[in-house]
Amino acid sequence: MNWAKATLAYLRPTLILFALLVVLTGLVYPLAITGIAQALFPFQANGSLIRSSTGGSAVGSALIGQSFDNPKYFWGRVSDTSPYPYNGASSAGSNLGPTNPALIQQVKQRIADLKKYDPGNTQPIPVDLVTASGSGLDPDISPAAAYYQAGRVARERGLSVATVDALIQQHIQGRFLGILGEPSVNVLELNLALDKLK
Amino acid sequence: MTANTWLQFAVYIGVLVLLVKPLGGYMARVYQGERTFLDPVVKPVERLIYRLAGIDPAVEMNWKAYALAVIIFSVVGVIFLYILLRLQGLLPLNPQGFGAVSPALALNTAVSFVSNTNWQNYGGESTLSYLSQMLGLTVQNFVSAAAGMAILVAFIRALTRQQTANLGNFWVDMTRSTLYILLPLSFVVALILVSQGVVQTFAPYQSVNLLQPSSYQQIKTNANGVPVKDASGNPVMQTVPLTQQTIPLGPAASQIAIKQLGTNGGGFFGTNSAHPFENPTPLSNFVETLSIVLIPAALCYTFGKMVGDTRQGWAILAAMLAIFIFFLIWAAHFEQAGNPALTQLGVNQTPSALQAGGNMEGKEARFGIADSVLWETATTAASNGSVNSMLDAYTPLGGLAALVLMQFGEVVFGGAGSGLYGMLVFVIVAVFVAGLMVGRTPEYLGKKIEIFEMKMAALLILIMPITVLGLTALAVSIPAGTSSVFNPGPHGFSEILYAFTSMTNNNGSAFAGLNSNTSFYNLTGALAMLVGRFWLAIPTLALAGSLARKKKIPAGPGTLPTHRPLFIGWLIGVIVLVGALNFVPALALGPVAEQLIMIVK
Repeated sequence: MNWAKATLAYLRPTLILFALLVVLTGLVYPLAITGIAQALFPFQANGSLIRSSTGGSAVGSALIGQSFDNPKYFWGRVSDTSPYPYNGASSAGSNLGPTNPALIQQVKQRIADLKKYDPGNTQPIPVDLVTASGSGLDPDISPAAAYYQAGRVARERGLSVATVDALIQQHIQGRFLGILGEPSVNVLELNLALDKLK
Repeated sequence: MTANTWLQFAVYIGVLVLLVKPLGGYMARVYQGERTFLDPVVKPVERLIYRLAGIDPAVEMNWKAYALAVIIFSVVGVIFLYILLRLQGLLPLNPQGFGAVSPALALNTAVSFVSNTNWQNYGGESTLSYLSQMLGLTVQNFVSAAAGMAILVAFIRALTRQQTANLGNFWVDMTRSTLYILLPLSFVVALILVSQGVVQTFAPYQSVNLLQPSSYQQIKTNANGVPVKDASGNPVMQTVPLTQQTIPLGPAASQIAIKQLGTNGGGFFGTNSAHPFENPTPLSNFVETLSIVLIPAALCYTFGKMVGDTRQGWAILAAMLAIFIFFLIWAAHFEQAGNPALTQLGVNQTPSALQAGGNMEGKEARFGIADSVLWETATTAASNGSVNSMLDAYTPLGGLAALVLMQFGEVVFGGAGSGLYGMLVFVIVAVFVAGLMVGRTPEYLGKKIEIFEMKMAALLILIMPITVLGLTALAVSIPAGTSSVFNPGPHGFSEILYAFTSMTNNNGSAFAGLNSNTSFYNLTGALAMLVGRFWLAIPTLALAGSLARKKKIPAGPGTLPTHRPLFIGWLIGVIVLVGALNFVPALALGPVAEQLIMIVK
């Protein structure tokens, strides 16, 4: 076949087909999904923002974790976003390999931070509390990681451990249909509930 | 491995296998031009497209014309996407005001999306405008998958026809793949994802007030952006108060649906499907993981249907599933075992009702071990390349599963279309070797396998490892390659090996510690992705052209049955043997060496 001639002959249908598919898949499709999403699921489609009961601007997203290092609050996963943890504008995962000395250093530092406010806690530390999440924005921790912190939070707030444990219990999100995923606790929602207790 | 892990794996595989026949049968109808239930809505659109583009759907192409059509379409796609990324600062739908993408990154991204690789050197929420995400990435997510499916269909036609040069019309196969298969499925998946919390809006990013305000240290700069130094020459630090958090938004759900269904994988956000706005819940995770493998798996049935013997399709699917399940269990075992170094520090990695345990570094709490390794194996078996956990932080042997599944040539499910045509090449090799052993002329589905077919098959199997190992060797030999490494020791070698394995096989996942947004990796990566896509697609079409010309000979008593367990086992053996011969030395230098270091320490 004559390649040059064939190429020229194919150029026109290709360009028009490409343009039509751009319009269809790049404009019509996302616009249609946006329209339906905004009509049916406005809360989810707009970032699952939590509004405070008094109105005003949002206090956070139910899906995006926030940074906590005050001992009065439950702490979330370690976050490797830069230049500060839980930077929503620039998600970043931990890429520390298992034999990287920097990983061991990060875990040791985290354990030291936890122990500083809770020296008497001798329970083994749940692994998700000392390791960085994939997104750097993980909103959840495991129930074990929440219970581990109950004593500290209760003491700092002058609450009984039983009260804090009960609050954790209420905030455990089980597996989907009892099968999929892992049980988890949303740290921001748990802390908002703590502040409401007073 | 916990009981729940086994249960989640079983549910996943069960649902997948249940969907193979209905979807595969439907796709066969689409490609054979038969009536479908979507005709009333889609047929008019299809006709309009052909009329406007001046395409006569009845005109078929021979293999050279088909390959030419594929290449011209892809070149147009690369140029369009490159220009779009370079000009995004001047174009609308850019609420964050992002400027032009740098030339090397724009080229890498354009090649990456057109070749269905979706290697991600950009951070979505910090680099790309909404318009670039939609007109650029979403479009290529559709058409690069459709192109792969079209080539597969041409290959299947070659096996069903005889004494013809015609393989079908690329534009028709591509249009029908998009309109009848990818768009409707994406519609459904996108809406499920939005219901779970994946964002879908054109509003600019939001700011929310932090519950616990804090501050951070940054280097102080003067008005010209130059760091201020103190008397002894050290940079002066200043404390910046932090009271708000940025919540990134965008039309994400529509893109993520096709990113998974089309075995693409490039994220809307930087951390891909680990990001809570891409993958917020266990249900969204299940639907996305299913979408990753759905079309490649169902195409096996489509193949069987089109060649008139569905047992042939099931046999290939069985071989794929066997390899997949082996590595799924393998990865789950090593990730659940965790990191011995952390146990020594008093960290509890034992799974219980209250925690997933295991190696949680780089993983999300809602996914734990089971959902993370299921995703890892699904996405590297299929050439998807999205991640819901950071593979660089996996245990050495847990991460090895991802490497090996790609190094088999992305034929265990593989890319939409490209996976199955890669697998059919392995079938031809398996038939040929078996034929040599028993001294009969090898044949597959009535087509004699002769010298030309074997030359093409050998070429197809050897191009990938030569490219991967060659570029890896180059990268470890020069500073431009090694300076990007993040983790020390054998893990650093694994990062480089992983990068070229992933790009050449058009997968797109990464050991993301490697800083691959450099001129060296952007350019060598673009080369690897082009070779992996087109130097494989073209010999595949040449092979199809040769097969279509041959007469179909009726099966006789000497014909090797290619649907029985014996052949399935033989096919698995050939794939594993070829993969092992190519890559065992490299794997020994990377993950295997690191595993030994990890357990001895």
